Amino acid sequence: MLKDMSRLLITLTLIAASAGLILSLVESATREPIKEQRRLQMLKALSAVLPEFDNSPDTDIVTLENGVDKKGKPVLVTFYRARKEQQLVGSAFKMIAPDGYSGNIEVMIGIRPDEVVNAIEILTHAETPGLGDKITFSSWKDLFKNKSLTNADWRVKKDGGEFDQFSGATISPRAVVGAVQKGLEFFRENKTKILAEGGQP
Amino acid sequence: MSLVKTFTKGIWKENAVFKLLLGMCPLLAVTTSAENGLGMGAASTFVLVCSNIVVAILRKLIPSKVRIPAFIIIIATFVTVVQLCMEAWVYGLYQALGIFIPLIVVNCLILGRAEAFASKRPVLDAAVDGLGMGLGFTLALFILGSVRELFGSGAILGFSIFGASYQPMLLMILPPGAFITLGLLLAGMNKFEARNS
Repeated sequence: MLKDMSRLLITLTLIAASAGLILSLVESATREPIKEQRRLQMLKALSAVLPEFDNSPDTDIVTLENGVDKKGKPVLVTFYRARKEQQLVGSAFKMIAPDGYSGNIEVMIGIRPDEVVNAIEILTHAETPGLGDKITFSSWKDLFKNKSLTNADWRVKKDGGEFDQFSGATISPRAVVGAVQKGLEFFRENKTKILAEGGQP
Repeated sequence: MSLVKTFTKGIWKENAVFKLLLGMCPLLAVTTSAENGLGMGAASTFVLVCSNIVVAILRKLIPSKVRIPAFIIIIATFVTVVQLCMEAWVYGLYQALGIFIPLIVVNCLILGRAEAFASKRPVLDAAVDGLGMGLGFTLALFILGSVRELFGSGAILGFSIFGASYQPMLLMILPPGAFITLGLLLAGMNKFEARNS
């Protein structure tokens, strides 16, 4: 009986241990490529929303706290700053719209120093294909270009604002518009820190 | 049973999807396009072949009382290997398949083959069985994905078929489209089989 039990234990332990060994080997082999993929993805999103730059914005960063989440932990927002010939031309940051139709929508917002949106990019979303996922179409994302808190009404048309919704899908555009607006407000409140901290080179 | 038969039965006679109706969760969820179907099929096939081989090698060492947890550890290991490799080298597909890559662990097709076939057969047989079953599963995912992509967005593998003026049938890309397409495919196959026998 005892012998039987110990055989079961030994077999399972050996299998689990070899599984662990294999996984640690694979993990160490893929660690660098995965990091590189994520960095490329980030740079792609950054160059889509920022004006032309010649530094590497993914290393020129400022991190600020933006309120707390449900568990009371501070929400950190990282600003990626783009420079051209040492001059700051814009900064990009990620806002999360929690009120999408299905899960969070992550939006990357590029803002020029004069508080005007340069461009936005949808990073991740799980909106309905064919309906809500039209928020990723460039024709819609382009509506945000050159908009600021002062020159636009930050609501969808259905709510009396000026951003188009799609037939059958108002929730997703509304969530994105709200997130970009909050992002602009946060940028305005913290503008000095975002543009100055770390100092001009 | 000859090796050739072991291989071909997975593709048609005992096709996991069309005949055994196994692995429905990834089948219905990821087949919004032909490319997603192919990617999911390839990932599942890799896991299936590897887990079948390892289970067959260890079949005499694993006591039958703990065989299921042992199989699950083996399968989960290969799924994690696939997940890490996809994230490292095919990032686009990794993002498209999302949560359904880790969920390959609970695809009952894979545990089913380990339990019903690989744990009782020599290594080569198990490997060939895994390959056949995996290809059959991939074929089913590809067919379903192609049909849904064709009607849901007017293209196959991203190549436009119906032209720009085609008004896509949204329903086909949404979850109901998966059930409707699968139902019609199964009905057609049953009809075809009934006529031939």
